[in-house]
Amino acid sequence: MKSYSNTYIFIFSVIMVVVVAVLLSFVAMQLKPLQDLNQEIERKEDILASVGEAEDVSDVKDKNAFIEQEFEKYIADSYVVNFNGETVDRDAFEVTLNIKVQADKPVEERLYPVFVYTAEGGAHKYIVPVRGKGLWGPIWGYMAFEPDMNTIAGAIFDHSKETPGLGAEINTNWFEEEFIGKKIFNEQGEFVSIGVLKNAETANNPHAVDAISGGTITSNGLDDMLEDYLAGYVAHFKEKRTEN
Amino acid sequence: MSEREPLFSAKNLKLIREPLGPSNPITVQVLGICSALAITVQLKPAIVMTLSVMAVMTVSSVVISLLRKMIPPRIRIIVQLVVIASMVILVDEVLQAFAYEVSKQLSVFVGLIITNCIIMGRLEAFALANKPWPSFMDALGNAFGYGLILIIVSFFRELLGSGTLMGYQVVPNSFYEFGYANNGLMVLPPMALIVVGVIIWVQRSKNKDLVEQN
Repeated sequence: MKSYSNTYIFIFSVIMVVVVAVLLSFVAMQLKPLQDLNQEIERKEDILASVGEAEDVSDVKDKNAFIEQEFEKYIADSYVVNFNGETVDRDAFEVTLNIKVQADKPVEERLYPVFVYTAEGGAHKYIVPVRGKGLWGPIWGYMAFEPDMNTIAGAIFDHSKETPGLGAEINTNWFEEEFIGKKIFNEQGEFVSIGVLKNAETANNPHAVDAISGGTITSNGLDDMLEDYLAGYVAHFKEKRTEN
Repeated sequence: MSEREPLFSAKNLKLIREPLGPSNPITVQVLGICSALAITVQLKPAIVMTLSVMAVMTVSSVVISLLRKMIPPRIRIIVQLVVIASMVILVDEVLQAFAYEVSKQLSVFVGLIITNCIIMGRLEAFALANKPWPSFMDALGNAFGYGLILIIVSFFRELLGSGTLMGYQVVPNSFYEFGYANNGLMVLPPMALIVVGVIIWVQRSKNKDLVEQN
């Protein structure tokens, strides 16, 4: 076996590292706009899916254009509120895109975007984003509310690294559909969130859904996420409720 | 090896054929078991994973083979890791840009290709000592061998565990009405191990050469 001097090994490593670094950063920069666009489209698709729109998206040839068009059509209005329910002059979609920044702040300091969905008949639904922690990484979702700002009209959840078949089940239909018709305020009008519980007896409990067997930590994370994030909307929801 | 050896000589073709059977990376060399357990719940991610591994493996094999005379043996493992890791990041970036849905499905497993023992095993055992073209064939063959097992395992796991194939329902509803139930155990990792075990069993009972002598 040929032997190599330390100098050779050192120079070899330096050149290798520089070549790899340049190559990877170049590719990452070239592909960044495409990846950002994919993320924007995904957010819009999720927002639409939470109210049951754009479901036939897989049949469409130009998915991006279709989602943009549907988003324009149904999500006519959006705004941002703070913890006290006061309107803040920010772009709701931009805040949603960078929701990670908000989720890292304490509940009182976050900005809370609201998307107003207008159905073809003119009925409104209100969609809010939520974000929290699962087992391996972040989990997030979009909750759509009826105009009473209490009853859930639809929910979409997603995750980046939850265990397939277990925690990752939060983004499946059977789990998401459990949320429809549940209420986040109790009869006294107090905020109680939605519990993600074992043996939830969901038929009698309007404030709970069944957790996922084998996905306990993800289910608990989802439970915490809803309580934590929806709490920030309480002031605005109570106000909006009297308006509607 | 003579310079004039044809591209698809018997020797080179054997490099592709062998890993599919008698030197299969999973069932015979028992490499890459970890990812074979993780991503075989459904057929589709298994196929995409196969393609990603194939891309990473062939390119890194060729790169390592081209550099084989320049790589100082003392840091060869590090060099192999750097080449594999950069390839994996490239694949991940490309998937995120052009196949976003798929990249979401594979999530952590793309990153885990780095730790796939097959790739490093073949770089160390073959590409470091052979010319680029045979290394390419060897990588391709092993990726096929890996993918073949992945696809067989995920076929059974998806069919018996979820009653679907590629996400489409194949077990008719009437079966369920008669009390047929999907086997939830198939979705969990231990069953992948058992399915791989069954494949090994079938393979060894057909090919007695593979049975270890004590």
